[in-house]
Amino acid sequence: MIRVHNLTKHYGPRKAVDSISFHIEEGEIVGFLGPNGAGKTTTLRILTCYMPATSGSASVAGHDVFSESLAVRRVIGYLPENVPLYTDMRAREYLQFRGKLHGLGKAERDAAIKRVADLCWMGDFIDRPIRQLSKGMRQRVGLADALLHDPKVLILDEPTIGLDPTQIRETRHLIKELAKRHTVLLSSHILPEVEATCQRTIIIAGGRIVASGSPDQLKERIRGGSRLIAEIHGPTPDVTRSVEGVTGVKSVAHTSNNGWVRLTIDTQKERDPREEIVKMAVQRGWPLREIRLEVGSLEEFFVQITAQQQMRAKGQAEFAGLASGEAAA
Amino acid sequence: MRNVVALTQRELSAYLYSPIAYLAGFAFLLLTGLLFIYTTFIPGQESTVTPLFTAMASAFVLCLPILTMRLLSDEYATGTIETLMTAPVKDVEVVLSKFLGVWLFYCMLLAPTLIHVALIAVYGQLDWGVTLVAYLGMLLLGALYAAVGVFASACTRYQLVAAIFGVGLLAALTFLTDFMSRQWPGMRHILAYLNVGGQFDDFSQGFFDTTALVYFVSGTAFFLFLASKVLESKRWR
Repeated sequence: MIRVHNLTKHYGPRKAVDSISFHIEEGEIVGFLGPNGAGKTTTLRILTCYMPATSGSASVAGHDVFSESLAVRRVIGYLPENVPLYTDMRAREYLQFRGKLHGLGKAERDAAIKRVADLCWMGDFIDRPIRQLSKGMRQRVGLADALLHDPKVLILDEPTIGLDPTQIRETRHLIKELAKRHTVLLSSHILPEVEATCQRTIIIAGGRIVASGSPDQLKERIRGGSRLIAEIHGPTPDVTRSVEGVTGVKSVAHTSNNGWVRLTIDTQKERDPREEIVKMAVQRGWPLREIRLEVGSLEEFFVQITAQQQMRAKGQAEFAGLASGEAAA
Repeated sequence: MRNVVALTQRELSAYLYSPIAYLAGFAFLLLTGLLFIYTTFIPGQESTVTPLFTAMASAFVLCLPILTMRLLSDEYATGTIETLMTAPVKDVEVVLSKFLGVWLFYCMLLAPTLIHVALIAVYGQLDWGVTLVAYLGMLLLGALYAAVGVFASACTRYQLVAAIFGVGLLAALTFLTDFMSRQWPGMRHILAYLNVGGQFDDFSQGFFDTTALVYFVSGTAFFLFLASKVLESKRWR
């Protein structure tokens, strides 16, 4: 449904998006995750034909975003980041106006407005001027607008930003519902958001895709070097030495408290030495009150991976600065 | 075409729902009323609207950019341009509807001047042919000024800058060309042609001049074309 190939966008000398490629199939619900300034909004703006890419290509529902812009805009429902609306209009008037722009006739428009007003719980404020509406209500007007013409593809930029916790839950639920009929691409810088709603996540940082896959697949990737936590009662030096001796253990850090030794154990890749550690403790007659595998959370993965990306970017910038400095000298 | 109708409706209603419309209407009536009393409605003078319209043409250099300044600048500033440009609407349609919206509003503002015409008709012998041509001239003049205003508004996100730029452009087309054509005899013909006042005088005096008609229509089209190109170029930044 959405195909992006080597898409690059420069703002002056700065690369906002750096040759990214991804595919989204029909009916998928995909989260675009990244820290602020990662290039999420820029990518979405290119897909919605708001701005052209510097190079590379993208197509939505088989139409090229550059050469068949109007066709693309007809199949997309777009909720921009800050939900810009004409504040001098009433919500219903605004939706009528937007319906006309999408070529809906009078009867179709009325039916569509009724449908989206129900979906987005607009009943009690649909006839109020947008100027008077709260952030959350405006967000729902924007979402209703995006859904109005029953688009094949929904592109939502930070759909739950500025909403209160109840509304966030309701919106997530709504988005999941929508995914049954539409292909959804949403962006967020909040990880649980994406984890809760999306089948697949594309993590973007510094204008590049750093990881992509389902939340489980992404977790899988970090399991490689995971950690064990164990608490064993015994003399500290003996306990640590014995645990270090267990096969599959890479290194051990410890703290002790009242004879209990709390061990943080880094394991070798793809190894899970929990069983061996328990056997060893039993053999030695040391009581063991806790042992567990600490699977890195998606959150950790996200922080780790985006930090790496930023370090790399910084390194490059410094290198470039050095190079130009030398050139000047 | 349906898009143009929808967008124009929206533009026109934005004027009518805002207090600016009524403020502008008030100022406009006051201004035309005063001009009418001091330039036109004088005993013993020829019964024609020409002096009123000539004075109004100069006053509009300041007025029209104030009406047009928000058209696109406001969309840039509030970000609504993003929803507009991602809807299935062509850039040309956007510019054209902005223009039509402000021009129709201008026509509404112009309507009350018919009272002045009626007064002349009552107290003197009005030449209806001359009056009709003079009104056609006013409509064409308004179209050109509105197009310049739309172009100025397309250039910037700051309404004030758009207004000042619009006034500057209009002043160049009216006063500056007039002044320069006297300073540079060599360029006289070109500058006199570009001068709005010179072209408008024919209409306001009741001459239906096709040269002037072409001037106003092509000038309007030219500035609308520029505006749509500026709007398009905004995408590339």
